[in-house]
Amino acid sequence: MHLILFFIFAALCLAGAVNLLLQTHPINSALSLIVVMTSLAVLYLLLGAEFLAAAQVIVYAGAVMVLFTFVIMLLNAGREERTLGSRAARVVGFPAVAAFLALLATVLLKAHGLGRAAMQEGVTSTDDLSAVLFTKLLLPFEVTSVLILIAILGAVALTRHGDGERSASK
Amino acid sequence: MNPGDMLRILPEIVLTLTGVLIMLADASLPANAPRRALGWVAALGTTLALWASLWQLSLPAGTAFYSTVETSPFTVFFHVLICGIVLVVLLLSLDSLPAESHNQGEYYALVVLGAVGMCLLTSGIELLVIFIALEISSIATYVLACYRKESGRSPEAAIKYFLLGSFATGFLLYGIALAFGATGTTQIYELSRLLPTAQNHTMVLAAMALMVVGILFKVSAAPFHVWTPDVYEGAPSPVVALMSTAPKAATFALLLRVVYEIFPTLRSSWAPLLWCVAVLSMTVGNVAALRQQNVKRMLAYSSIAHAGYLLAAFAGLGPSGIAAASFYTAAYAAMNVGIFAVVTMVGGYDDQRSMIADYRGLIYRAPLLGGLLIFFLTSLVGIPFTAGFFGKFYAFSAAVGGNAIWLALIGLLNSGLAAAYYLRLAFVTVQPAPDTESFAKVATPTVGVAVAAALLFTVGATLVLGIIPTQALQAAETGAHTLQVPANDENPAYITEGTQQPRGNRDGIE
Repeated sequence: MHLILFFIFAALCLAGAVNLLLQTHPINSALSLIVVMTSLAVLYLLLGAEFLAAAQVIVYAGAVMVLFTFVIMLLNAGREERTLGSRAARVVGFPAVAAFLALLATVLLKAHGLGRAAMQEGVTSTDDLSAVLFTKLLLPFEVTSVLILIAILGAVALTRHGDGERSASK
Repeated sequence: MNPGDMLRILPEIVLTLTGVLIMLADASLPANAPRRALGWVAALGTTLALWASLWQLSLPAGTAFYSTVETSPFTVFFHVLICGIVLVVLLLSLDSLPAESHNQGEYYALVVLGAVGMCLLTSGIELLVIFIALEISSIATYVLACYRKESGRSPEAAIKYFLLGSFATGFLLYGIALAFGATGTTQIYELSRLLPTAQNHTMVLAAMALMVVGILFKVSAAPFHVWTPDVYEGAPSPVVALMSTAPKAATFALLLRVVYEIFPTLRSSWAPLLWCVAVLSMTVGNVAALRQQNVKRMLAYSSIAHAGYLLAAFAGLGPSGIAAASFYTAAYAAMNVGIFAVVTMVGGYDDQRSMIADYRGLIYRAPLLGGLLIFFLTSLVGIPFTAGFFGKFYAFSAAVGGNAIWLALIGLLNSGLAAAYYLRLAFVTVQPAPDTESFAKVATPTVGVAVAAALLFTVGATLVLGIIPTQALQAAETGAHTLQVPANDENPAYITEGTQQPRGNRDGIE
């Protein structure tokens, strides 16, 4: 049962990812991304990581994707344009990606004990996660706040109209 | 966690508090009030952080926060370097940001908070911390590169930098994931203990390759350098002074950690890789710089070449290579911040005069700036009694010590080639200016107190590192010895000696 579900959702995830790249309209790409995110959540669930699966659905498939679609609609982004550069990128890019994937596939397939993808003790429940987050990974957790702060600060600095402000003061 | 842990990240705490203080002050000041004082607050906070890092030398070397961050002479060396660079850049910005400029408060806060990431990047010993720190420093520089948004060039530079930078971070993250897959840990000391025994050798190799590629992008080494000239040309000059030195110093510290501390046993794999990248960076950087007419683009290519010289030091064995690389980072930072300070003063915040032809007769219009420009150029060439000379000397002798004689020779040849374009700019500076109207109209740049301090600081650093480098070199060597380095992989006795006492457990993991 697990295996069947895994194959269904892994295939769905891959199909979504490929479709995301092939679509020319941004909104179609965004919708394919939702498919990818949701099938990833199911894969997490199959691994027994309930909290992570829920967070994946709420944060990525929910909040982030809503933002994505909003931005696309607000910008009224049209169809992707094909230029000489993008065609060249296609010609060079696809073989390069294929080579990279082949390399990684050989690396991963050579892995010792493939198919027994279990870590030491499963840190999966909300209890376990918060215990790790506030003891062993306290510093990365706290430092993330600086990262978010700087991202907000940057967004404010970039979007505020400096000139408008100046002319208003005159 | 015990209260003493806070002392291990004291410089970062001081910088974060300064950044938050600036943000709060900026928000509570009236809209039209001058924001220049905030820059002085930032400079003061950075000075405090610099003292805090120096004070950390009195702490016994060790780790904190469940072995996610450490203090050692190595981290102190890079903390002091980064805080010094940020201080000089803040002083430079104080006088060169237009007085009525928009978003000054955010500018100073971004610089200071970005420094938090750069500092943490050098002291983190857990790859998760390192990844977040790298993102903090990168996002700060992406935004700062876009600060002249009315110009059109600046947003273009920022978008290019942002897209390629995120792509490179993806490589680093993939490498970290593979390393985790091979060992089940992301703590650097644990990794270096477990990786030699990891079952899947190809996976470890792939992890190393991906991480090194991600890092080499950030230091703009040759096959990954394409973004550099466009970004340096588009970004405001004071920001270029920052981003061509401070994040680079931090990322080189990370590269030292990755190759010498995580993968010392894979030396036979990464040494040829870095050899090729070093040769390619020097050659591509110098050859392309010869053809540039824009001073900032020329300096961008020169910074690619300098990344190549620095990578040559990685051919050195163990501590000698690390010490040479650390010293070169400091020497390069001193002269490069200095020359960008001069370029900022000559070209102005808006880069009105950034072509080489605009520098003609500079020494008659502004004797001080012209003289300093020539001084920094001679240092970049690597003429004795300047920082550049000793930096190159140690880097190449480390390469010779590591039996990479060809690398040192190619480096020397490249230094000769580089002299051509540095000296061309120096000659243009002393050429008599034609008495045409367009030249008469050019205003003489005025040097304020803050910029004077910044210039004094960089000139001092360049001279001190060039005439009496012993102290800095000793600091670099002490730092090098605190990294866990086996001499090379042909010497297994040393490796076992090193791994028997993993320093990650030095502070009690309660």
